[in-house]
Amino acid sequence: MRIHIKNARVVDPATGRDAAGELFIAEGRIAESFAKAERVIDARGKVVAPGLVDLSVRLREPGQEHKATLESEMEAAVAGGVTSLACPPDTDPPLDEPGLVDMLRRRAKALSRARLYPIGALTAKLQGSALAEMAQLAEAGCVAFSQANAPITDTQVLWRALQYAATFGFAVWIRPEDPWLAKEGVAHDDEMATRLGLPGIPAFAETTALATLIELARHTGARVHACRLSTAGAVELVRRAKAEGVAISCDVAIHHVHLSDNDLGYFDSLCRLEPPLRSARDRDALARGLADGAVDCVCSDHTPVDEDGKHVPFAQAEPGATGLELLLPLTLKWGAAQKLPLATILARITSDPARILGLESGRIAPGAPADLVVFDPAAPFAVSAATLKSQGKNTPFLGRELSGRVACTIVAGNVVYEA
Amino acid sequence: MRNPQLNAQGELQHLLSIEGLPREVLLQILDTAESFVGVTEREVKKVPLLRGKSVFNLFFEPSTRTRTTFEIAAKRLSADVINLNIAASSQTKGESLLDTVANLSAMQADVFVVRHEASGAPFLIARHVKPHEHVINAGDGRHAHPTQGLLDLYTIRHYKKDFGTLTVAIVGDILHSRVARSLIHGLTTLGAPEVRVIGPRTLLPRGVEALGVRVFHDMRAGLKDVDVVVMLRLQNERMRGALLPSAQEFNKCYGLTAEKLAAAKRDAIVMHPGPMNRGVEIDSTVADGPRSVILPQVTYGIAVRMAVMSIVAGN
Repeated sequence: MRIHIKNARVVDPATGRDAAGELFIAEGRIAESFAKAERVIDARGKVVAPGLVDLSVRLREPGQEHKATLESEMEAAVAGGVTSLACPPDTDPPLDEPGLVDMLRRRAKALSRARLYPIGALTAKLQGSALAEMAQLAEAGCVAFSQANAPITDTQVLWRALQYAATFGFAVWIRPEDPWLAKEGVAHDDEMATRLGLPGIPAFAETTALATLIELARHTGARVHACRLSTAGAVELVRRAKAEGVAISCDVAIHHVHLSDNDLGYFDSLCRLEPPLRSARDRDALARGLADGAVDCVCSDHTPVDEDGKHVPFAQAEPGATGLELLLPLTLKWGAAQKLPLATILARITSDPARILGLESGRIAPGAPADLVVFDPAAPFAVSAATLKSQGKNTPFLGRELSGRVACTIVAGNVVYEA
Repeated sequence: MRNPQLNAQGELQHLLSIEGLPREVLLQILDTAESFVGVTEREVKKVPLLRGKSVFNLFFEPSTRTRTTFEIAAKRLSADVINLNIAASSQTKGESLLDTVANLSAMQADVFVVRHEASGAPFLIARHVKPHEHVINAGDGRHAHPTQGLLDLYTIRHYKKDFGTLTVAIVGDILHSRVARSLIHGLTTLGAPEVRVIGPRTLLPRGVEALGVRVFHDMRAGLKDVDVVVMLRLQNERMRGALLPSAQEFNKCYGLTAEKLAAAKRDAIVMHPGPMNRGVEIDSTVADGPRSVILPQVTYGIAVRMAVMSIVAGN
């Protein structure tokens, strides 16, 4: 469809451009101007930007359809302005077979919502012992390899996995956490966990694992992406490694930029997350690192959990929070607090994650894929179970008021969502 | 965030934790308990304050002493008591905690006395019960054991009168101890000027100083001139998690012996929440000695539990 978006504030994070203007879309891509549009969208008072690229979205398929389905979560994605998403391999069974990956991609494609980029399992069944068939998984469409939240206790396996991945130039995504130091822990090991009597996960469970990961990246030459950093120390380790020329990038989850262990209150299981919410000092370091670029990007780490998974004592609650529809407003809130220009704010959820995935989207230029979001950055809304399209209603932000409402989402030149 | 234990009038709706309870509420419980000590010494040991009410003892974790004292306390208040040993019933059949509670609620419960291995479980239950139902925490994970804390406070007040001059030392496995956490909150709320915790670094939780305590690693230094010594039970499984080398070494460094107790004040009292590991955290000469108030603690525990139940659910 030939679409003309007029009267817009066009923000292109890739170039930093932020100006009034109009956009033309033809054949699924951004086009030079033309006269005859089949559809005109009046974006007066709204921003037009590249669609969001979310590096961690659990769709719960296959295997956990009682928590969410591809239908529900893809609908949530486009309602949140997310046009490309990467899904971690911790499905049931895990994404360690090309056939599964192929099926998932076909299912997603048939839904014609956001673009799906599966992350393959790094080890067979995510068990951390035998390597997964990475080359064949890549052929089936996996864009990187990861353990999700499953540990690799044997560092020799991690070393070999990085070597093998480096052979083919595959990216390896690892959430750094020493499984022994984190054993049985459910909350940041500090005063709050002590008061609540919750077993702690020390900050150094993350930094020691990250230090190992950085050394392995340095010596194997593998492209490593450190996922969901939660501590100030980890941000500093990545900053230093980057300065030394190690091929490493990293992300944080949006919850960790806004919340701390104080938000656990009286055992609020909605705040049971992996990694755990850390101290306010850590949270502030993540927010600053994301602003100055030490942290490359921010993701939703979308994890739908049903009520049964959360209506249990804190330590027994299933970790995770729903986030697809909150990524944009929460990132805007972070950016406003950091006093950043809109183009920089949006870069962390568009062009920066697109670069990590190696996508050509995440920018506004003639010839680029027409993956776009039209939103009103000032429009307020209350977060409630009723308004969330995701099957997971589990978010610590329930009841909070946020600004930034998506009016329209376009993927490959098709309008896939309209408020 | 409103304290989930108090109703809109600031009265005790549930007893979940000593933390956050106002001083007045603690004193009200201790004073009420004092009035019940007389009842427990009478020939007819009953008052009708909970007549017609049902108290459900919901123990998801095995316990003999605490469950029994709650049962006795409820019966002395004339309540009907139903004991449920959940560890051996519905949980093993896969029923969820809230389903279990909802089912019991349908049987017209008034008070749930809950013991659970997960920290915070009684808070979860309290959020889901009906307005006329009350939850009393009988120990949740490492988090809190408020009635034990209250009976400890009662015992200390009985022997020492004024909290405002006391130095209290709590010794041993603070990391896993809900008893220690509850007592620390109670003592700081009632104005004890110095609360000490004594133990090896492996058994002290991170940031414990923030609870308002002084940390000691040397037993003799920690016990110097204290008025009250509270020994904690050392679970045998602590030797497995590389927290301690052996019970014998723990006894040598942190076990309460007559010789170590000599560092405390001459009239210091010795407490223990039970059950004791004689020869591990406490030697028999001390446990059975003249300064031990371990058995009176058990007696006062009944009066304190009567007080709590009558305040939250009394007619």
